[in-house]
Amino acid sequence: MRIDYQLTHLNELEAEAIYVLREVASQFEHPALLFSGGKDSIVLVHLSRKAFYPAKIPFPLLHIDTGHNFMETLDFRDRLVSSLQAQLVVGSVQESIDSGRVVEEQGINASRNLLQTVTLLDTIAKNKYDAAIGGARRDEEKARAKERFFSHRDSFGQWDPKNQRPELWYLFNGKKRMGEHFRVFPISNWTEMDIWQYILAEKIDLPSIYFTHERKVFFRDGVWLAAAPFMEMKPTEKIETLQVRCRTVGDISCTGLSLSTADTVEDIIQEIAATRITERGGRYDDKRSDAAMEDRKKEGYF
Amino acid sequence: MKDIFSSKAYLDMELLRFTTAGSVDDGKSTLIGRLLYDSKSIFEDQLDAVKRASIQKGNEHLNLALFTDGLRAEREQGITIDVAYRYFATPKRKFIIADTPGHIQYTRNMVTGASTANAAIVLIDARNGVIEQTYRHAYLASLLGIPHIIVCINKMDLMDYRQDVFLNIAGDFQKFADQVFPKTDIRFIPISALHGDNVVKPSMNMPWFNEGTLLQVLETIPISQDHDLVHPRFPVQYVIRPESDKYHDYRGYAGRVAGGFFRPGDQIIVLPSHLQSEVVSIDTFNGPLKETYPPMSITLTIKDDLDISRGDMIVSASDLPTESSYIDIMICWMNPRPPQFDVRYVLKHTTREVRCIVKEVDYVLNINTLEKITTNKTIKMNDIARVHLQTTQPLFIDPYTSNRITGSLILIDESTNETVAAGMIL
Repeated sequence: MRIDYQLTHLNELEAEAIYVLREVASQFEHPALLFSGGKDSIVLVHLSRKAFYPAKIPFPLLHIDTGHNFMETLDFRDRLVSSLQAQLVVGSVQESIDSGRVVEEQGINASRNLLQTVTLLDTIAKNKYDAAIGGARRDEEKARAKERFFSHRDSFGQWDPKNQRPELWYLFNGKKRMGEHFRVFPISNWTEMDIWQYILAEKIDLPSIYFTHERKVFFRDGVWLAAAPFMEMKPTEKIETLQVRCRTVGDISCTGLSLSTADTVEDIIQEIAATRITERGGRYDDKRSDAAMEDRKKEGYF
Repeated sequence: MKDIFSSKAYLDMELLRFTTAGSVDDGKSTLIGRLLYDSKSIFEDQLDAVKRASIQKGNEHLNLALFTDGLRAEREQGITIDVAYRYFATPKRKFIIADTPGHIQYTRNMVTGASTANAAIVLIDARNGVIEQTYRHAYLASLLGIPHIIVCINKMDLMDYRQDVFLNIAGDFQKFADQVFPKTDIRFIPISALHGDNVVKPSMNMPWFNEGTLLQVLETIPISQDHDLVHPRFPVQYVIRPESDKYHDYRGYAGRVAGGFFRPGDQIIVLPSHLQSEVVSIDTFNGPLKETYPPMSITLTIKDDLDISRGDMIVSASDLPTESSYIDIMICWMNPRPPQFDVRYVLKHTTREVRCIVKEVDYVLNINTLEKITTNKTIKMNDIARVHLQTTQPLFIDPYTSNRITGSLILIDESTNETVAAGMIL
C-alpha cells in the first residue's frame, strides 16, 4: 500500500512532464510541439493541455508529413487540432523532394524516414522555432537513453552526444546562440507501459489503427508491413489480408504491424505485458544498423 | 507477467529513482544487466542482440554488461561516456536507474545522476574491500543528499561466499559512514552480479544472509519522506492568463510545489515583494484540489491582485526561507575551464535566474581523503570545493540538507552557454 503524500508513479511522471512543458513556454520564444499522430505525441498534446489549463496550448503543433501516412492518422490529427483550437503547421517531405532539397530513395527498401530530417530542420529554420518538443522516450532505444530533457542542437541541427551539457536536478539550461535550437523531451522517463496505462487512466482518444483491424499486408525480414501503392515489393512477397494493429505509428514504409485482435486499451496493456519484443523491434528504420538511431539523431532526426 | 498488469495495482505503483556508483571493474554494468535480466525486463530482440555480441567478443557467458551499452564509441571502446537512464518495473515499483560511468569525468557524471535519486547503490569488490574510491562514491552520494545508500559487496563468489569477508567490509564502511553522514539510511548486501546471488534471487551460497535481496530492498525502502513536507515553498514558474471570455480575469500561478503543503485559505507571502495574501484555489485540469504538496505540478490562485512573475516564490507567511545575496555553497565544478573570479556567471536557482560572481574559496576538498585543502585553492574540473557566491539579486534559499530543490543551484558560463557548476547550499 502507498503511504499518504506519496504520488503514484503515473502522477509523478505527469507532474514532471507538465513541469518540463511549462519550462519550455517560459524559456523559449517560439517553441513548437512535434506531432506525428502517434500515441506518444498524442499524450504530449494531452499533457500540454493540462499544463496550461485553462488557457490554450501556447505553441503550435508541427507535423512533418512524409506523404506516406495512414489516412486514419491524418483524420485524427485534423479533428484533434480543431477541438483544441490549436495551430497546425505542416512541413512536407514531398515539397522538399519537389524543390530538389532531397532526393528520394529508390528500390525495395526505399523510405522517406531519413528525408524527414531535412524537412524538419528546414521547417524549424523557416519558422524560427527555438525549441521543438518531442515525444521520444529514453526506454525506446540505446542512443535515446543518453538524451537530456533539454537537448542542445547546433546551428546545423546536429546533436553531439559525447559533449552534452550536464543536467542537474530540474534546473534546465535552455541558453543558446542565434540559429541554434533545442529539442525538449518531456516524457523522457516514461516507458511504453506507462504511456498505455496513462492513456487508460486519462481516457485519451487514439487513431483507430492502434486497435485491431483488417489490412492488406506483406511479410519482409520478420516484419509485417502495410501494402500501399508506393511500396515496391519483391516478386516473392505476397499480399495477405490479416487482423493487425500498429504498435508504433510512423511513416507507412517503416511501421511494422503486429498480428493482434486487441480492440481496447485494456487488451493492448495485456498484450504488451505478455510481449517479449521491444516496441522498436518492429521498426524497419532501426534495422538498418546497430547505430541507426544514433546516426540519424546526430544529423538532427527526431 | 500477465497478471501483474491486469489489476489496477499497476496504477498504484511508486516511483524510485536510484543511481549506481562503483569503480571501473567493480561490475556495475554486470549488476544492472543482472537486475534487468532476472526481473524479466529484457526483451527477446535485445537478448538476441546481446547473445550475438557476446559470441562475437568471445565471451564465455552471456555478457550481461552489454545490456547497458549505448553509443557507438562506447561499444567500440568498451567504456561508458555519459549518464544513461534505464527503466524496469515490478508489481510494487517502477524504477529509473541513472547509470553513471565509472571513470571518465566521474564526479561530474555521478553528481548529475545523483541529483534526482532517492537511493544510491555503492559497489565494493569483495576482493579489495573498502578502498579510497569507495569513500569518494559514498561521500558524493551523501553530499547530493541521497537519503538511502545500499552497499553491495560484489564478487562474493571469488571469496568463497564467506560471511567474515562481508562483515569486515560492512564494518569498515559503517565506521566511515558514522563519521561523515550519520543520518543516512545504509544497508549492506553480499552479492555476485555475475552469478545472480542476492540480486533478484536469494543466494543458495550465502544461507547466513537473510536480510533480503537487492531487488527486495529497492522495492521496500520507504521513500514517502524523501521530500521536504515541512516548509511550504512554491517557486512561480509560469503565469497563466487565458484572456478568453470565460476566464477573462483569471490569473493563475503555475509551478511545481518544492516543499510543504498549501491549502485554500493559507496565509502566504510572495517573495521578493513580501506582500501578504491568501491561497484561493489549487487548480488542475481535473478540477480544484483541497491540498497540494511536492512534487505536484499545479496552479495557485490568490486573493489579491499582486504583481507576481516567474522567479518569485510563494511561501507560508509563518515559515520564510532565508533571503540572501551572499550564498555559501559546496560547489562541483564541471567544466575544463576553471572558475574565473572576475567573470559574472548566470545562476539558476528554482525558477529564478540572476547573475553572480565567485567571491571566495574556503577550501578545495580532496575527494579521496576528504581533507580540506586551504593551501592551494585552485578549482579544476571535477573538484568539490566550498565557495561563496555574491549574487546581483537576493535568492530565497534553504539548506540543501533540508530541501533539495530550494537548496540547489547551477552556474552557466555566458560566453559558451555551458552549465559549468552545480551548487549545494549550506
